[in-house]
Order: sequence, then C-alpha cells, then structure tokens
Amino acid sequence: MQLFPCPFCGPRDETEFHYGGDAGNTRPDGGDVPIDRWANYLYLRSNPKGTAREIWVHMNCGEFFVMERDTLTHKILSSAELGGEHA
Amino acid sequence: MTRRYSALSLFKEGLAGQTGWKQAWRSPEPKASYDAIVIGGGGHGLATAYYLARNHGIARVAVLEKGWIGGGNTGRNTTVVRSNYYYPESVEIYGLAHRLYEGLSKDLNYNVMLSQRGMVNLCHSTAEMEIGARTVNAMQINGIDAELFSPEDVRRVAPIYNFSPDARFPVFGGIWQGRAGTARHDAVAWGYARAASRLGVDIIQNCEISDFIVEGGRCRGVQTTRGTIRAERIGMAVAGHSSVLADKAGFRLPINSYALQACVSEPVKPILDTVVLSPGTGVYVSQSDKGEIVIGGGLDRIPSYAQRGNLPTLETVISGLLEMFPIFGQLKLMRQWAGIVDVVPDSSPIIGESPLPNLFLNCGWGTGGFKAIPAGGTLLANLLATGKHNDISRPFDLDRFASGRLIDEAAGSGIAH
Repeated sequence: MQLFPCPFCGPRDETEFHYGGDAGNTRPDGGDVPIDRWANYLYLRSNPKGTAREIWVHMNCGEFFVMERDTLTHKILSSAELGGEHA
Repeated sequence: MTRRYSALSLFKEGLAGQTGWKQAWRSPEPKASYDAIVIGGGGHGLATAYYLARNHGIARVAVLEKGWIGGGNTGRNTTVVRSNYYYPESVEIYGLAHRLYEGLSKDLNYNVMLSQRGMVNLCHSTAEMEIGARTVNAMQINGIDAELFSPEDVRRVAPIYNFSPDARFPVFGGIWQGRAGTARHDAVAWGYARAASRLGVDIIQNCEISDFIVEGGRCRGVQTTRGTIRAERIGMAVAGHSSVLADKAGFRLPINSYALQACVSEPVKPILDTVVLSPGTGVYVSQSDKGEIVIGGGLDRIPSYAQRGNLPTLETVISGLLEMFPIFGQLKLMRQWAGIVDVVPDSSPIIGESPLPNLFLNCGWGTGGFKAIPAGGTLLANLLATGKHNDISRPFDLDRFASGRLIDEAAGSGIAH
C-alpha cells in the first residue's frame, strides 16, 4: 500500500484517492471554440513516462489538489492545494 | 537442415541426434534503409511485418524492438482469445482476428496452441440478464456466435463456481461464446517472428528509438540505439508506450497508461475447462494447459509505467476470485506481474495515420490487445503498404475523437475499465 500526501489530511492510503487527469488542462471558453481545441481538451493526454503533474481528489475530504509524481518509480515529488491557474 | 516443422521432421531429427534444427529467426545487423519499419516487437508489430511480406509482398522490413520480442504485453496477458463485442465495427475487427487465430498454427507452421474451450460472461441479476440477452442478440445479428446461458448451463460448464444460496454474486445466467478460448501467448510472438524472418523481415532486438527523422514535414526514419534507419513508411505498435513515442514525434494521443496485473497459481489437476468472467468481481479466470490457474482483473487505479502491480488491486482481484471459486482458497500463487496498457476513453483501438505523415499508429487496445494481434497486424500492414484505410480500419482512425464518432465498447460490452 502506497501513501499519498493529501495537502489537507496528510499521508493517507492510495485507495482513498482518485485520479483526475493532467494538471493545467483548462476547459476552452466561449462559443466559437474550434473542434480540434475541444478534442484536445476532452481526449488528448500528456501521459508522460517520468515526472507528471496531475489533479487528484482525496475522496474522504473531497478536496482536489495537484500532485507531482514519477509514473515509472511511483515516487511522490510534491503535493499542493489547487492554485488559481488550475481552477 | 530442418526448416519446416512437422511430425516427419521431428522423426528425422530424432534419428540425426537433433543436430539439424535452425534458429527460429535470424538476428541480422540493421541496414541503413528499408521499405518499411515497424516499431515494437510484440505480437502486433511482428504480425504487421509478417502480413506486409505475405499479403503485400513487401519484405524489406525491419521490426525494431527495444528489449526482446514478446517481452512486453504479449508475454504478460492472460491469453484469452474472443470476439464477444457489441458494435458492428468492433465485431468486424475482433471477428477478423478470431478467424485468423483459428488458422494461425497452420498459416505460420507454428503451434500457437489455440484451445477453443469457450468463455462465459456471467450475469448476476435479472437486470444483467436483460443486458446479456441484448448483447447476445447484437452478436448474433452481427454474425458472431453467441448463446444466452441459463443458470443450469453455467453450472454445466463451471460446476465449481459458488452457487450457494448466500453467494455475493449469484448466477442468473451468462453470455456464452463457444469459439472463444486461449492460445499460447509466447508462441504467437515466436510463430510470427519465425514466419516473418523466413519471408525476409529483419528482426532487430535491443534497438530503442531515440528520435524520429522528420524532413519536409514527413517522417523519413528513426534514430535508434543501433544507428540511423530510414524508411518511407513507419508503423508503431508499442501499446502502453505509445504516448512516449508520440511525444518524440511531436503529438499527443487520447491514451492513459495503466498497469494491468495478472497472476498464476501453482499447477493443479484439470478443474476448470473454460474461461469464466464475472462483471461483478471484474475477475476472469482460466486454467492453462500446464495446470496453472490464470487470473486477471481490473486495471490498477493509478496511471503508471511501472511494469509491476500495486497491492490493493491484487487484493481486490484475489478476494473476487475466492468469492467466485471458494475452492481456490487452497491454491498457492506462484507468480504475479503487470503490463502497461494503453487505455482509450472509448476502449477501442486507434489505427491510422498519425498527425506526423508517414507514421502510422496501431495502439489503444488497452486490456484486450492479445486477442486482436492478427487483425492489428493485418490492418497496420495494409496501411503501411497502401497508405490508405480499408473498411475495417476506417472507423478506428484517430479522427473519431474530433468528430465524436466514438466506438464506446466500455459501455457496449461492459469492459471492466
């Protein structure tokens, strides 16, 4: 069992968390968004091998946050509250 | 010198002290250029090279594999071959693979040990039975064999299932596909490798792609750990590592990579002669010809490139297995492992030209790539040879994510991820 650090609750079991996608994948705004931009937002993923910045939700407290981790070694690099740039 | 495998050649070699067997495939040095390059020496890549040579007469082909052939997901899956899908597009592609599997041992002159022992997808409630009937009807309309099983039918094919009155996942019936079964996964890779090599394909192992050569906006070759190799047509079939190569080629894919675990028990005497899948537990199980109980389950919940599984998922899978088959509580697990699978939002593959012209994709098979190897190879070979889709591959192009014409098998056939 791996422990993930929730910025609000501290280290908790990995089973309490749910993956929420790439950090920084902002929803297109406005009425004239080109179709490719929508497809990018909805479907295309960075899916890096190595360091990844991801949105996670701690299902117990319900808070979303940004976690940086290595997708090959599973090492956690950082975990922080969701800032304005990802809102 | 013995090249063809047969009972007669086995007998002759016996008389000659087994001294005439040749290596099954050559290991040549890479040439400077080929007509086509296939990246990835798993089942899909090797099949692509074989069908390029056999169906299209293009044999100046290199298969580039960063490790050893069949060492990725081809050697890590649970060996199930089936075509019980919902949408007509899926039936076309998986049906093609299934038919090719049925003739594969003869075609390749290599025994892939296809065992069509049948597979049952269980239904655990009246509501699931209604969906089961809908699935069976859809499969029959699409020309794929399927039968709706009663609880008695399930009891006949899987008598050791937990039929007790207090079972957590009681059996209301099931979806039966009699032509489904298992095949020897390593033999599929080795058989395609041997057959392709005999037709002139160069299989180059320990050869990792470091970059793509792009000239005039088109892909013209690859830089590898074994030098520069050029070609006008390049195909990639690298499953969970598709996004890594896409990043080198300058585009992104609708793929998340996850670990999918499997495990086998110690070998025991024959006790289960079919494949059983429970959507309630997400567990599927069969018995190998050697006697091991082969167990698979759902995806790990954390995107990952680590070719090992996480403990919580293994625990879920094993507890599901014991709910289905309490008798397996006495089994000892012998090995556990994981492969990295390329999961797409609609759980259907991606086949077609990539955003980088001359580079073609065969990826996105997710948890179900093994059963599709002959079709993935046939279709990528067709793309590399002609530059164009055929009717079977067209719906699976990358453009479906912009057009919204998804082939949602995650919903259609209840894939457990």
